[in-house]
Amino acid sequence: MRLTRRTLVATGGTALALPFLNRAAHAQGRGRVVVVGGGFGGATAARALASLGHEVTLVERQPTYWTCPFSNTVLAGLNPIESIAFGYDGLSAAGVTVVRGEAQGIDTDASQVRLSDGSLPYDRLILAPGIDLRYDALPGYDEAASEVMPHAWKAGAQTELLRRQLEAMEDGGVVAIAVPENPFRCPPGPYERASLIAHYLKSTKPRSKVLILDAKDAFSKRPLFEEAWAALYPGLVEWVPVSMGGKVVGVDPATLTLMTDFAEHQVAVANVIPPQRAGGIADASGVADATGWCPVSPETFESALVPGIHVIGDACLAGAMPKSAFSANAQALVAAQAIDMLLRGETPGAPKLINTCYSLAAPDYAFTVAGVYQPVEGALAEVESAGGTSPVGAPPDVRATEADYARAWYATITGSVFG
Amino acid sequence: MVAMVNIPETAAPGEIVEVKILISHPMETGFRTGADGKLVPRNIIHDFRCLYGGTEVFRAEIFPAIAANPFLGFFLRAVETAEVELLWTDETGEEHSERRTLTVG
Repeated sequence: MRLTRRTLVATGGTALALPFLNRAAHAQGRGRVVVVGGGFGGATAARALASLGHEVTLVERQPTYWTCPFSNTVLAGLNPIESIAFGYDGLSAAGVTVVRGEAQGIDTDASQVRLSDGSLPYDRLILAPGIDLRYDALPGYDEAASEVMPHAWKAGAQTELLRRQLEAMEDGGVVAIAVPENPFRCPPGPYERASLIAHYLKSTKPRSKVLILDAKDAFSKRPLFEEAWAALYPGLVEWVPVSMGGKVVGVDPATLTLMTDFAEHQVAVANVIPPQRAGGIADASGVADATGWCPVSPETFESALVPGIHVIGDACLAGAMPKSAFSANAQALVAAQAIDMLLRGETPGAPKLINTCYSLAAPDYAFTVAGVYQPVEGALAEVESAGGTSPVGAPPDVRATEADYARAWYATITGSVFG
Repeated sequence: MVAMVNIPETAAPGEIVEVKILISHPMETGFRTGADGKLVPRNIIHDFRCLYGGTEVFRAEIFPAIAANPFLGFFLRAVETAEVELLWTDETGEEHSERRTLTVG
């Protein structure tokens, strides 16, 4: 059985579809595909194309990938950092050639990816570079400042640093989270983070507080988060929207101070999530536009700017789809199928994609937002009435069941992508 | 109507100081449909002024294209210790003001 649009939709556009892909069906139309970036998008695409019989090389600079999903549970001390760390042996075993290195640039005329020690030719290229933090966008904040005021928006050492700061903080301290304007990786992430940090503080440092300084007036699943904060952490979480002067316009790492247009907040722990853009190789290869993100075809995820290069995951402009691991996984499967068809001279059809974002407010309290997306006039638009959020006012057992679903989703996606 | 204001308390003679104000206001355009299916009546702040020592030094006419919760920022030259008064009117006819003293010296 080949991966068809129908099976892709029937399985929710997730990596669960992979076991059904048939390698033997592709004696002809076998192509060389290079994938740059081994996160959820890149690893999923590499695996899918290898299982379809293509010659796939994955370029990744790190031997270990720490997932952003569930990194907030590490911050809260609920899980060790090892629980969100994954290697690439599973991809190698699945037939993907994994090259440790950094793509220096793309030679589009010769269809080659330049590495520091050679080059990789491709028939089709997938860029899945995730995000770069814009260190030029917030006065006072740069890479050195991030060692004092961690962003922890790329998981790993930054996650551990913020965890250590939370552990070292004395009772009564204020933990500030600075949230940028849209778009950014994981729209509900800052609020899940506030919730789980509050969970940690409530039991260990109950006189402390989480202060969210937000450059927006609305956020994903806001009624559900506010209900959870009132129920679980009364008085512990304060959200300041932009209309109440919440936008952080500068920071001073020396004094742990966050400046808004109307106030200065000196805090005990400062988690500064700066504005973002597509990972560096996107800009270097010409697939990013003036926004810093990459416009793509919603049918194939092929770049609107450079033919032959597909951009998936957080780096691409996917219309209404949020930047999430779930989205990256779904986009990777659509791009892989489209590339497979293009290499065989076929024309890809219009896909449907699904995203679900789980947010944990406590270990036994979670809720979701889900959406279905399809191309409409050149962009991915949400299918009306097909998605939605968990109900406000649901009883505790519903929240606890969704927390179990969140853990099951994480085990499933990491197992199928990296296992 | 809540407003946040940021004006320096002190300044040197001749110094250029920034005045910032963030007004909590829905800025209803008159084109939006409410829950009852009817148009929500237009109500925007249309007139904003700044008096410095009783003299008008800044005036803005605001139109429906300005989003809810307008943020205004502008600069003054600090010439004397005096009151800085920010005044604005919305279409309910209500006038609001915020006053701060700027000490120059």
